[in-house]
Amino acid sequence: MTAVAAPPRARAGAVEAALRSWLARRLLLGVAQTAAVVLLVFALTEALPGDAAVALAGDQPDPARIAAIRTELGLDRPAAERFADWLLGLLHGDLGTSLASGRPVATYLADGFGPTLLLAAITVVLLVPAGVGLGVLAARRAGSLADRLVSSATLAVYAVPEFALGVLLATLFALRLGWLPPTAVGFGGDLLAHPAVLVLPVLVLLSRPVCSISRLVRAGMIDALRSPYVRQATRYGLSTARVRYLHALPNALAPAAQQLARTVDWLLCGVIVVEALFVIPGLGTVLMNAVAERDVPVVQGLAVVFGVIAVVLNLGADLVARRLAPRAGVAA
Amino acid sequence: MTELPSSRPTRREPGDLPGLRRRGFLAASAGVTAAAGLVLAGCGTAPGPSDTGGSPRRGGRLRAAFAGGGASETLDPHLGNLFADAARAKALYDKLADCGTDMAARPRLAAKWEPNDTLDRWRITLRKAAFHDGRPVTAEDVLYSYRRITDPKKAYRAKASLEPIDLAASRAVSPDTVEFRLKRPTAEFPNVLAAFGAYIIPKGTTTADFARPVGSGPFRFVSFAPGRSCVVKRNDAYWDGAPHLDELEFVVANEESARVNALLGGQVEYAHELNPTTARAHEGKGQIEIVRLRNSAMQSFAMKTDRAPFDDKRVREAFFLIADRKELLDGALSGAGEIGNDLFGKGYEYYAGDLPQRHQDLDRARHLLKQAGAEDLRITLDTSPVAAGFTEAAGIFRDQAAKAGVTVQVRSGSKDSYWSDILDHGTLCCYRSGAMPIESHISQRLLSDSTTNATKWHHKDFDALYQQAQSTKDKKERAAVYGRMQRRLHAEGGFLVWGFADWIVGTSRRVRGVAHDAPANTLDWARFDKVWLA
Repeated sequence: MTAVAAPPRARAGAVEAALRSWLARRLLLGVAQTAAVVLLVFALTEALPGDAAVALAGDQPDPARIAAIRTELGLDRPAAERFADWLLGLLHGDLGTSLASGRPVATYLADGFGPTLLLAAITVVLLVPAGVGLGVLAARRAGSLADRLVSSATLAVYAVPEFALGVLLATLFALRLGWLPPTAVGFGGDLLAHPAVLVLPVLVLLSRPVCSISRLVRAGMIDALRSPYVRQATRYGLSTARVRYLHALPNALAPAAQQLARTVDWLLCGVIVVEALFVIPGLGTVLMNAVAERDVPVVQGLAVVFGVIAVVLNLGADLVARRLAPRAGVAA
Repeated sequence: MTELPSSRPTRREPGDLPGLRRRGFLAASAGVTAAAGLVLAGCGTAPGPSDTGGSPRRGGRLRAAFAGGGASETLDPHLGNLFADAARAKALYDKLADCGTDMAARPRLAAKWEPNDTLDRWRITLRKAAFHDGRPVTAEDVLYSYRRITDPKKAYRAKASLEPIDLAASRAVSPDTVEFRLKRPTAEFPNVLAAFGAYIIPKGTTTADFARPVGSGPFRFVSFAPGRSCVVKRNDAYWDGAPHLDELEFVVANEESARVNALLGGQVEYAHELNPTTARAHEGKGQIEIVRLRNSAMQSFAMKTDRAPFDDKRVREAFFLIADRKELLDGALSGAGEIGNDLFGKGYEYYAGDLPQRHQDLDRARHLLKQAGAEDLRITLDTSPVAAGFTEAAGIFRDQAAKAGVTVQVRSGSKDSYWSDILDHGTLCCYRSGAMPIESHISQRLLSDSTTNATKWHHKDFDALYQQAQSTKDKKERAAVYGRMQRRLHAEGGFLVWGFADWIVGTSRRVRGVAHDAPANTLDWARFDKVWLA
């Protein structure tokens, strides 16, 4: 990804024009990236052993039945033809219908998006203050007790796989202590009405990003606090808090913002482990089932959505990074 | 002639009764009495000792967790493939017959069945039953359902099972009588009526109607969110007696740990398909009840008998003798099951239980291999994580074979296309099968024209024996023919059946009336109309 550096001492209009052209190129690149992802997904699902007919036949692989399913689903047509059909539909905003159930792919996405979005939103809302706060706390005095505590704790939690952490938390807080429900089974689409079921999944989702973001913030802060411009600001007699939060922190946040975008992307694209463990029927579950069933239209629909989300989020993160630390924009 | 269920009790060991083991004799005998009460109410079905505690209590909602099919689930009972589909279909619909514990067909919507002398024309009399919208279940509905299943343009699951019926020539004699014409004599025709997915739907039902399904089953439809939940409520007008539960909710949880946690946390009262290790951890601890459905899945290795080295029956016998069945059972299934004797259907109707149990005999295996010129045999064993214990069983068998000088290379394949991959490819593979009548196992897998013949067992004389059995009206004579076929399979067949796995169900302590001896997919399995909450 390339970005244009703002020319030194340019007039505001020129800066804006450069930004707009940068945006346009980024968007175009995003569209191309999404198209590439979709094409790749189609090619890869074609390359997988077996198709929807084989998956649907399951343990009764009667060849005549598989052939009948194949004809019924139109899988006997050439791959290029099916792909072209699908693209044509996509241009009309039609994501196609599922091979396994015959229902529109759009309903799959709509059903799965709600729970995933809810989880992602809550996680991000908690993640930003927690990650930044811990990072700042650790960076205030590098090597202090607080720093060592935060650093070792974040490193330790980061090393635990989500599945293990999820099982551990569910066993402890749900089954042993009985404080929280162990799964969201049966609550499906209505998670907000039962907020208690969200606690454990959000904790698991938070665990790793909090660690990575706080460590990034800490490192960025420490670098910034040692930099000449912060020392200069201190010499001018500005208060420590002002120097720390208005001068050092923004520089430390730029890399964290990009990490945050990646995290949101990861959250939105369905966090498969957490959804499976706590029975939350989000996009990750939809994806898992669709791949197992070789339900290509659903997989393609998800690929488009994931592609668009990734592109938009990264674009947003780059914009934020440019604002926070204009000089870093060169590298974005 | 009406083929009523055989009244002979199934053989069982005292240790087979978990209720007896845990509750002491008095409670267990009370349970048996209660179960006997259910039998009388339940039209001659014979559920075994159930975990009953007192008399049934009406009311409540039971939530049952199954592994499901995700967002693509439908309530079309003819499309079902999964246990979750089967359980939902059973709540909403009925079949003409269903399989009892010994896999013999038990009448359901069919009150009785009578063949002609040549066994190629069967007259079915329907019982008085009604769909949820009040319409009576008639012969026309039966014919409509069967025609839908066998639609040549479609691929419904029970299509192959209904193949013996000549539907064009079959007709409704009266509203409650169907006369089926068959393409050939079929003594075991009731098995066809009990086939997986052969549900009766109202005449004129189209695919769109399954958004609000109407069946004749014990529960009425309330709501359905694919991949999440399906709620049904009591059908007070059910012909087999209204269920005890007010409501029943099927919820989907694909991870076993999620099902166990939901059960332990009181979020569901019934969790289907638990791991043997989970069962051991919680059995007898008082928190939840563990129900072991014996004999639910045959576990075997399938040898392709039409290619080297298994085209030599001495090699097949050598492989039979290589297997240490106890070790396979303990290692691959954590001991949750019983050992097999290279025959399908242990304990089912017509099972050749008189054949001696085969044991590991490495010396004789080596001798046979030497005779067959197959010393230093190298062979590839196909497996996949498609079913519990498959990869473990393959590893254990590799080590057992090494002791007889056979080098087994284990190859793990994709679990999504495994069953189709192994049908024609490879020479040796891990194989499992759910419960079905022995006759169905033979017709689907062991005849020259069987559609899923994984052992490539093609023998004209064996086909002829099957035809002979199907043309034999006298049950004793028929059993003798099945006996001959099984002796042949035991001596030189392609299935090395090393065990029969329990299907493990966990229930909350409040749940009563769950049948303990019903293999998965039989009548009394997942039969929530007979369950109540204490």
